[in-house]
Amino acid sequence: MLKNYSFEKTAVQTFDEHTTLAMKTENMQVFYGSNHAMHDASLAFPKNQITALIGASGSGKSTYLRSLNRMNDTIATVTGKIWYHGVDINQPNVNIYEIRRHIGMVFQRPNPFAKSIRENIIYALRATGVKNKKVLDERVEQSLQGAALWDEVKDSLDKSALALSGGQQQRLCIARSLAMSPDVLLLDEPCSALDPISTVKVEETLLELQKKYTIIIVTHNMQQAARISSQCAFFHLGHVMEYSPTTTMFSTPQIQVTQDYVSGSFG
Amino acid sequence: MNAKRKDLLATIIIDVIVATVVGILAFLLAYILISGLPHVSWLFLTGSADSFSGAGGIGIQLFNSFYLLILTMLISIPISLGAGIYLAEYAKDNWRTRLIRSAIEVLSSLPSVVVGLFGFLLFVVKFKIGFSVISGAIALTFFNLPLLTRNIEESLSAVSRSQREAGLSLGLSKWKTEIGIILPVALPGIVTGIVLSAGRVFGEAAVLIYTAGQSAPVTNFSDWNPMDAASPLNPFRPAETLAVHIWKVNTEGLATNAAQLSAAASAVLIIAVLLFNLFARVLGNYLYRRVTASK
Repeated sequence: MLKNYSFEKTAVQTFDEHTTLAMKTENMQVFYGSNHAMHDASLAFPKNQITALIGASGSGKSTYLRSLNRMNDTIATVTGKIWYHGVDINQPNVNIYEIRRHIGMVFQRPNPFAKSIRENIIYALRATGVKNKKVLDERVEQSLQGAALWDEVKDSLDKSALALSGGQQQRLCIARSLAMSPDVLLLDEPCSALDPISTVKVEETLLELQKKYTIIIVTHNMQQAARISSQCAFFHLGHVMEYSPTTTMFSTPQIQVTQDYVSGSFG
Repeated sequence: MNAKRKDLLATIIIDVIVATVVGILAFLLAYILISGLPHVSWLFLTGSADSFSGAGGIGIQLFNSFYLLILTMLISIPISLGAGIYLAEYAKDNWRTRLIRSAIEVLSSLPSVVVGLFGFLLFVVKFKIGFSVISGAIALTFFNLPLLTRNIEESLSAVSRSQREAGLSLGLSKWKTEIGIILPVALPGIVTGIVLSAGRVFGEAAVLIYTAGQSAPVTNFSDWNPMDAASPLNPFRPAETLAVHIWKVNTEGLATNAAQLSAAASAVLIIAVLLFNLFARVLGNYLYRRVTASK
């Protein structure tokens, strides 16, 4: 039996004006039809840091993440404000295609296109009007290096992306997002389909990437959250219960439900 | 009876059923080919038919079959591609979509002779086009559209949702994702479906008896201007196809060797349809390897 925790007492940190934020949400609510999946989520994400979203299945963390770049548009109703560079991007007149180029996303299962490695990276770029072959080649190399995949594939760029291993495919998906020069990267349990060695590689890649990008990652794996994130938000049944620096979250959680979850005596 | 014996019994029954089906098919094929092939010659394949003397062959009918097939495909592929993409990607799950879907199902279960008579009344009589290649091609399109649309929709729907999400997450529009990412992955299935439906269209007779007609006027194969009355490409001339020819020789043939003629023509038709099937398989596999680059 899942214990009944009160949703009244939450501990969500805020940041003063000295912290540069990449984006933040204010009272974001998500509804799937009549199902209220996300209640009043107000979180701010410091620039060039990794923020982990943790919680059990069905806690709403993926729903929250997917709302940030409007990927939930067709399946859910999202209310509240999503601030990005001083603009509320949760407005109907915002160009969502433009937004998604700035806020990239990597999914749970590696989903490279059934194209060559090179095509995977440049396909969307070409669609935005970049035609110059030299620029495209440069971007391929930069993105693959950014995702720590260049050395493994530089001699086989024209091979099918589907021939890569799962871990390589996932790093290719990261590279594909990087090619659009985003400044925020959203990752939805990117390692849950990978073996431990590939997971370590992806984590090392993310730690390197936070120097240039702001990363928000959903993970089931608390050790992973502890290893790579600076901030950590705990979701429970559609509520943000606690948001604090990762070290605090795992050493001195401030409310009961977080304490139970991180110590494993949850439910 | 224990589980092991039950399983054995079930396996034997299934094997017998499969063997029966394959046996019937093999018998039919062998019978048609053995009785027909000895009468197939180069002259038979290229010559023009003479139902009275029994001499000549099926040259014009064979050409008509291919010409009608190509015209039908030219009309039906773009339409069913649009309809398939709409149903797979854009149609919302509401009563209107369900109505469209059941309309397509009804259309696909219409008896072909009904489609033929409809084509006859509308194009041949009402629009005064007469028995012609174009009337036949449009009637065949009616016959072909539902299956092709279904095939394209299913091929597109079979592509993983995660591919669509990947496209959208990179800021590609839905249309661009559909055309550039999803369609290439679905292409092998779509092409296989197109070639298989080509086989069906090639062998169809009932639709054409009333629309493309039962006569094959002698055409001048050195005149390729579609506007000329005697040109084989003229879409307004009557065009008896191979399948219609088989039907006609059997029902109205006056020649003494009508049975041989229809047997030979049947063998040619069966071989053509088998080739379509083989071609569909080879092309589908080839495209799949090309698209996924898995050599």
